[in-house]
Amino acid sequence: MYDANSYTCARIRRHVNGSGRFTIICGHYGAGKTNFAINHAIDAVKNGKDVTLVDLDIINPYFTSSIYADVLRKNGVNVISPVFANTNMEVTALPASVHSVFDTDDDVILDVGGDNAGATVLGRFSSRIAEREYEMLYVTNMYRPMTASPEDSVNMLRDIENACGLKATAVVNNSHLKELTAVSVITDSLEYAKEVAHLARIPLLFTTVPRSYVGGGLPEDEYFYPADVYVRSIWEMGNEHVES
Amino acid sequence: MPEKVLMKGNEAAAEAAILAGCRHFFGYPITPQTEIAAHMSNRMPKIGGIYLQAESEIGAINMVLGASAAGVRTMTSSSSPGISLKAESLSYLAGSDLPAVLVNIQRAGPGLGGIQPSQADYWQATRSSGHGDYKMLVFAPSTVQEMVDLVVDAFYLSDKYRMPAMILSDGLLGQMMEPVVFDESKVKKAPEKPWATCGHGDKREHNIITSLFIDPYDLDAVVKARYERYEHIKENEQRYEEYCTKDADIIVVSYGASARIVRSAVDAARKEGIKAGMIRPISVWPFPDKPILSKINDVKAFLCVEMSMGQMVDDVRLAVNGKKDVKFFGHTGGVVPTPSEVLEEIKKINRGA
Repeated sequence: MYDANSYTCARIRRHVNGSGRFTIICGHYGAGKTNFAINHAIDAVKNGKDVTLVDLDIINPYFTSSIYADVLRKNGVNVISPVFANTNMEVTALPASVHSVFDTDDDVILDVGGDNAGATVLGRFSSRIAEREYEMLYVTNMYRPMTASPEDSVNMLRDIENACGLKATAVVNNSHLKELTAVSVITDSLEYAKEVAHLARIPLLFTTVPRSYVGGGLPEDEYFYPADVYVRSIWEMGNEHVES
Repeated sequence: MPEKVLMKGNEAAAEAAILAGCRHFFGYPITPQTEIAAHMSNRMPKIGGIYLQAESEIGAINMVLGASAAGVRTMTSSSSPGISLKAESLSYLAGSDLPAVLVNIQRAGPGLGGIQPSQADYWQATRSSGHGDYKMLVFAPSTVQEMVDLVVDAFYLSDKYRMPAMILSDGLLGQMMEPVVFDESKVKKAPEKPWATCGHGDKREHNIITSLFIDPYDLDAVVKARYERYEHIKENEQRYEEYCTKDADIIVVSYGASARIVRSAVDAARKEGIKAGMIRPISVWPFPDKPILSKINDVKAFLCVEMSMGQMVDDVRLAVNGKKDVKFFGHTGGVVPTPSEVLEEIKKINRGA
């Protein structure tokens, strides 16, 4: 059974706080990979790290981390984007600068596209990644129908692993219902997340929560990662703009 | 599965079709609607349905025509350039009085245009999706939940009136995720289809489905009868939402994803003391002229906001019939208007500019 205090968990948790080198973020479409990747990158910078985030999502041009390149750069994150990111073109090409991540001293975060189709692009780099110590975090959301059961979620993970040739090292529970994410929505997902980790035979790293929920009725014996919401619809962003 | 789930508009459209009893989907990939086909390819084999990736958009819509003629609920989907390719068969479907549901997740045009969201296919959907005198039912959701509800209703109404129905959406709604509920109790059973070419078993005359009429007077009569049906639909199937219109001086008319932006702008205008409101067409054919007609005497002006150079604004002007000013604001090419831009347009009208 998953042990939250195991050595492995402590090691990865330290790693996510910025002492490791390679973090791959994978999962189903809409699991929340990009929002988590942005949080993770900005938090690592706050912890004094030099961070490069690589947007490897060339499977779907919408809601990628490249769209948030401005906010990432403003927060000190170096961003490498697909060649035609944020344009009207859909040419699935990566720039040569992607290879620089194998020579940099930065902490590197690879934000991978959705599903096994999106993870295929990672396969091109898998032998070079496998040469070093890496963490591959599998982001899952109980409220996405295709990963709603622990069994389906682990099947999705196995498809991703087979596509990219790398094994996930931990599960990140990012179960949420966007603006309807009440505390109970999160707590209802905790058993699910543990079961995903148990079936996948890797640790559950933590459950993400909106930052404002920290200390507000969440169980104390679980690990939570306070996250800000960066991935929003234009009308939500526009409102803030209008009010400011 | 939890009762409430998080889905992309595209996935929700596909799952809603399954909820409505569609077991025959014919597709072809194009961004930004590909998840509809991907979802169907995943789900259909698990529920005894057919997912078939055709050799082209044209192949797919003709398979829909065949399946519909056989009496089953059937669907195809595409994005703007792919819808243009389906034009011929849309006309054949309408000319054969066949029901079918078609989803258009609009992207920028003309031509190959671009993959970003757009609403520049309004004329195509409501005026001339193909050749000849005919209409389609056209519904424009503005939330992912409404995508589900309208797909379910589109199947029913398409069967009821024996005509194709289109869901006119856009890349923004197709790609974004929102919580949705699939409510089986909202599904209305398909009517009997005694006209279907599904095997007569020597028990009846064989049915013929065609859009070819040898005698011009026959065709004249068939089309005129069809137009009587269209008049009935115009009277009975208009759908719309009114937002803050009760005391509004300025009414913004907007549909689909643009209406989400307008709602934010209306809220912002109200905070500044400007009496703005919104009429959101949910059916764009039939176009809901009733709420506009009922407000004409109470407002200073109308403003139409679209992701196009101004297409639905024609219908607003037809309804207003010169009695009040109808302004337009929009972006095209895949650019999405922002709430602050729309607010600025509302302020301009308020200043009498």
